[in-house]
Amino acid sequence: MEKKLVLHFPNALVDKPIISNLVRKFDLEFNILKAYVTPEEEGNLILELIGTEENLTNAVKHLKGLGVKVQSLSKQVEMIEEKCTHCTACVPLCPAGAISVDRETFTVKFNSKKCIACGICIKVCPTKARILKI
Amino acid sequence: MTKTIQEINEKIKSGKAVVVTADELVEMTKENGIKKTSTQVDVVTTGTFGPMCSSGVFLNIGHSTPKIKIGGGKVYLNGVVGYSGLAAVDIYLGATSLPENDPRNAIYPGSFNYGGAHVIEDLVAGKDIKLVVNAYGTDCYPRKNLTTYINLKDINEAILFNPRNCYQNYNVAVNLSKKTIYTYMGVLKPELGNANYCSAGQLSPLLKDPYLKTIGFGTRIFLGGGIGYVCWWGTQYNPSVNRKENGIPCSGGATLALIGDLKQMKQQYLKGGSFIGYGTSLIVGIGIPIPILNEEICRWASIPDEEIFAPVVDYSDDYPNFTGKILGEVNYAQLKSGQIELFGKKVPTGSLSSYKKAKEIASILKEWILNGKFFLSEYIFSFPDAKSGYKFKPLKERPII
Repeated sequence: MEKKLVLHFPNALVDKPIISNLVRKFDLEFNILKAYVTPEEEGNLILELIGTEENLTNAVKHLKGLGVKVQSLSKQVEMIEEKCTHCTACVPLCPAGAISVDRETFTVKFNSKKCIACGICIKVCPTKARILKI
Repeated sequence: MTKTIQEINEKIKSGKAVVVTADELVEMTKENGIKKTSTQVDVVTTGTFGPMCSSGVFLNIGHSTPKIKIGGGKVYLNGVVGYSGLAAVDIYLGATSLPENDPRNAIYPGSFNYGGAHVIEDLVAGKDIKLVVNAYGTDCYPRKNLTTYINLKDINEAILFNPRNCYQNYNVAVNLSKKTIYTYMGVLKPELGNANYCSAGQLSPLLKDPYLKTIGFGTRIFLGGGIGYVCWWGTQYNPSVNRKENGIPCSGGATLALIGDLKQMKQQYLKGGSFIGYGTSLIVGIGIPIPILNEEICRWASIPDEEIFAPVVDYSDDYPNFTGKILGEVNYAQLKSGQIELFGKKVPTGSLSSYKKAKEIASILKEWILNGKFFLSEYIFSFPDAKSGYKFKPLKERPII
């Protein structure tokens, strides 16, 4: 199974190889969806983890034990098909590459698996064809 | 070989007309050449679906009892400010109008959730619209206040009249500054983060007849899902623009003023748009038929995306300051590929105009003609050409004495 998590690393943990240890210890695959360090030097990571249910549960426990704040990515952007005009204004702005265009039919396609729920497409869509679901 | 519009209309009537969309024509001429294709094809249909701010509606709401004179007073439709400077119960509502209490860009960038364009879409969708009028009252129009719902099906007339639609060609907008900017060309990320364009390219009506040889006053068209007409040349019309050898303008060029009955139109081809940090605009679907009267018209109509170039303009400085500077040129095939190269950097592209919907509109117009539901019109007069000296002029600002 797969899980999307938002991880907050306090300043003291930013330079530790936490994720690489985590994936080895719990036999997980990972995919970094977004990573940034705040001016206060706290690390933020949106991560997709793939592994067995048991390993994923233990991995989350392990992270919490280290002092990492763990939240599941519960926000989800949805595309409202009938409102989308397929203009492509959102396409170059998506930081996660979750929006693509079929160049034969010029149809905009939204891949919710890649979406990191940053919300930029919601702001730029002229016809309000995207909504944030919590 | 040449044809006349009358001959083509005879063929439409007898179900024998050959009608293709402009993108189909591009492929046909690549295969069979211009000469052969021009004898085979009678009509080429074009299409575009993009935000066009210079759009709006005239409404006549009918008289109330007792009568009220909106003229000189104030009028609001779903809270959006309408124009009241007409006769008693005539109103104009423009696409970019906003409610008085909209925060606009006070909280930057503003979201502009609801404006004139959205009221127009709601009218077309058959929704009730709340009308509020404050008038000063006269002996013949004594009433001072009116609050009611109106609905498109009940009011006398609803005329879509757009003074400037269908720009022939358009800028590709980029941002060279270090901060994100919010424009009518969408959100532009700093330092060439993205490049936004707004044209259907090889499907766009005025790119297919670059000298407006077949389009003039009275040309019948697809407008917002109904039938409309070209009723003047558009504002900021510029036939004197620089052109490529194939006749295609290097920038803006011609525009059209369009008119049509809103009651015939459909919500999916007339949509309200909210542009973050900029405002509201009406996204208008337009399709124009081009009669293939001769080989020359066929050659223009078959110009492909690869041979249509748009100027790249910096919207952080050159556009707002009207410097006229162009950073370079790219063609629509490059733009539609999703990525262009500027100053050695690969820049992702986005479009404000929907090519998918443009294709859909060109196909619908083709079906209308094939089914004998739509006939071509001869224009009553043609619009000024470059020889006339007609130009797009900047404002001459003068000090007030």
